[in-house]
Amino acid sequence: MLERYLTAASSYAHSIDQLFLLIAVIVGFWLVLAEAVFIWFVFKYREKDGRATRHITGEEPELHRWITIPHVLVILCDIVIIIPAIMLWYNIKQATPPIDRTVRVIGQQWAWSFQEPGPDGVLDTADDIRTVGELHVTVNTTYRFELMSRDVLHSFAVPAFRLKQDALPGRTITGWFRPNRLGTYDIQCTQMCGIGHGLMAGRVIVETQQAHAAWLMLNSTPPGTGQPAPSAPTAQGATVAEVRR
Amino acid sequence: MSTQVQHAEPGVFKKYFWSTDHKIIAMQYLFTGMAMGLIGGYLAYVFRMQLGFPNQSVPGFGIVTPGKYNAVVTMHGSIMIFWVAMPVLIAAFGNFLIPLMIGCDDMAFPRINRLSYQVFLLSALLLLSSFLVKGGAFGGAWTSYPPLSANGAYNLTPIGATLWLLAVALEFVAFLLGGINFTVTVMNSRAPGMKMFDIPFVIWMIVLASVVFMASVGPLIAGAVMLLFDQTMSTGFYDPNRGGDPLLWQHLFWFFGHPEVYVVLLPAMGIVAEIIAVFARKKLFGYKTILYTAWSVGVLSFVVWAHHQFVAGIDPRMANIFSITTLLISIPIAEMVFLYIATLYGGSIRLTTAMLFALAFVAEFMIGGVTGIFLGASGVDIYLHDTYFVIAHFHYTFVPIAIISVFAGIYFWFPKMFGRMMNETLGKIHFWGTVIPFNFIFIPLFMTGAAGDQRRVYSYAQFAEQARPALQHLRTTATVSLLVMLAFQFVFIFNFIWSLRNGKRAGANPWRSTTLEWTVPSPPPHGNFAELPTVYRGPYEYGWPGRADDYWPQDVPD
Repeated sequence: MLERYLTAASSYAHSIDQLFLLIAVIVGFWLVLAEAVFIWFVFKYREKDGRATRHITGEEPELHRWITIPHVLVILCDIVIIIPAIMLWYNIKQATPPIDRTVRVIGQQWAWSFQEPGPDGVLDTADDIRTVGELHVTVNTTYRFELMSRDVLHSFAVPAFRLKQDALPGRTITGWFRPNRLGTYDIQCTQMCGIGHGLMAGRVIVETQQAHAAWLMLNSTPPGTGQPAPSAPTAQGATVAEVRR
Repeated sequence: MSTQVQHAEPGVFKKYFWSTDHKIIAMQYLFTGMAMGLIGGYLAYVFRMQLGFPNQSVPGFGIVTPGKYNAVVTMHGSIMIFWVAMPVLIAAFGNFLIPLMIGCDDMAFPRINRLSYQVFLLSALLLLSSFLVKGGAFGGAWTSYPPLSANGAYNLTPIGATLWLLAVALEFVAFLLGGINFTVTVMNSRAPGMKMFDIPFVIWMIVLASVVFMASVGPLIAGAVMLLFDQTMSTGFYDPNRGGDPLLWQHLFWFFGHPEVYVVLLPAMGIVAEIIAVFARKKLFGYKTILYTAWSVGVLSFVVWAHHQFVAGIDPRMANIFSITTLLISIPIAEMVFLYIATLYGGSIRLTTAMLFALAFVAEFMIGGVTGIFLGASGVDIYLHDTYFVIAHFHYTFVPIAIISVFAGIYFWFPKMFGRMMNETLGKIHFWGTVIPFNFIFIPLFMTGAAGDQRRVYSYAQFAEQARPALQHLRTTATVSLLVMLAFQFVFIFNFIWSLRNGKRAGANPWRSTTLEWTVPSPPPHGNFAELPTVYRGPYEYGWPGRADDYWPQDVPD
């Protein structure tokens, strides 16, 4: 159902969409039923000459069961929703699958910057690639992300991945994602972070193994220089002056 | 009428601005709340225009820059919850109805009552003054999360942020004073014969809301003091670099913030229950059951708060517990709605304007309720959190609460408040002109939220997925619907003012209702009851077989 509105591009995106659909079916049934009975009652018991109203307390057993039965059914429906909701949450936020690569994601007013291991595959070595506003990842690879903030709260959100996690200053929050569809997708900040909040955009580029390897070779810092390569992508984030206009 | 008043008539200032009469204080709260509602509506107009027609000058405001946009959405949320829903639903209706419906002459503490309104007025003025200070009004969202809210270098509105915080804290003081008053009055000043289960449901709901408010607000006041110190004295309660924790504020805020939802919901459900009973000519279906479910909602509301924080960086295991409690609270709420629908069964329904609004509350609130399930299910909330789906969901609860039920209450009690009837034709035009556009505002926003539109963003130009024309059409539809809805509010304002002088005179009991407020003249004189009433039965005795009238007032002996 959600796929009609937005592409699903990560391994767990489809599971979230399925749970959304399950809830939509269950609550949709109750909503339609309740609204139908409600409208039917309003119509059926409209004021008519010569018809007296009935004195009902609602404690008559033969009437009260019309409350008790739906009450029990609502509890059952809640259980049917809670179990897959918690299982899904567990799979995404608590369990960690085997990790292929690690990237660091840093939020600041008002840009996302990224640190990716270079060809050696290890973070915090000289060949790391640092980019601003653009994250390059390989399709069908499980990434662990280390999320940080330099100033206020931000929230790292990739709608196409169905991924969202707040970034807190002073903490490193980890999570994972596994892109499974090639393409370029939006990165949002979904936590109010000041006047440039609406400009804090980024992109994640999901590419093939070959394309990613080529990008790595092109951009990784040659060992020993400690300086980013000249071809590294430049800053895309907004500055205070730009936002204030 | 004036012959009942023994003492000399006080001057205009003393009567309308320094009064301890609960009815005058109710009107002060009502009119202040309605004025704040107009401001909140204007702010909604400003940011919806920016979203519907991006980067064009908004008539009556100008260009909406990112900074102004943030301030406008922050103030819209704060005003609508703290300065519209709270004063109108709890303070205005509570003050007006409690003494009249439980059969006493005034509140237990009339001067605390007057102080409560004065503190409230001060808080409103303080908030509005923040638009005028250097840097402008606070723009860090109505939840005011630190470190953004704690540090002027981050939010760029250092004075506005502090004024916002002081205004909110003062507003809490006002409602603490009010809450004590409401609870004490209902527990101590009831007419002889009015037992616990003879109290009209709306009064119960105002008491329950007051209790929930008083029990939940303490932690947030402590949190607000810490935030104030962070802002003004550079302490580090929420600063991780100095041993603080920004998440502390979120817990304190939502420990109050989620019960607050029920603080405004319950009085609204009370108002609607009264009106449905009167115009369906039916006893509330299972009065005690509704009361027990309402109390369980109140208790459960204290243990759901962290569902606002699933992805905030809390321990992920905690989300499971709060997901369960959140879905549990759907059970008593669903039961309450079932009981309201069951009350219609076997009735004789008269569709007055007040009844239409009350029924619309039930119909629309159901949509708000069921869409909450999506968000309470932690797995789905990962995607929907902080999107327009959340906005559409809580407006489907808050608009029925703060707008639809309030209109229901005003159309219903206007004859009692002012002694005249409101015009029914204009009322029905206003009803359809409010309820139909309301749905056309927020159904499109469910869709943009499902498509990933994030909240509190002044423009989607930077986001390729959100900048699709199909989504922009939905946003524009929502904006145009808001314009229609706002335009129809002038019908209400005209009807209200016109009816004050020209409406048909209402007798004491125009709706043939059973509760005590309808036994006194309209409007009720100072002191309310010429002779304090005695209560003989419950509040909703309609349709007794073998009686000439289809209603049996509470104060009529057997």
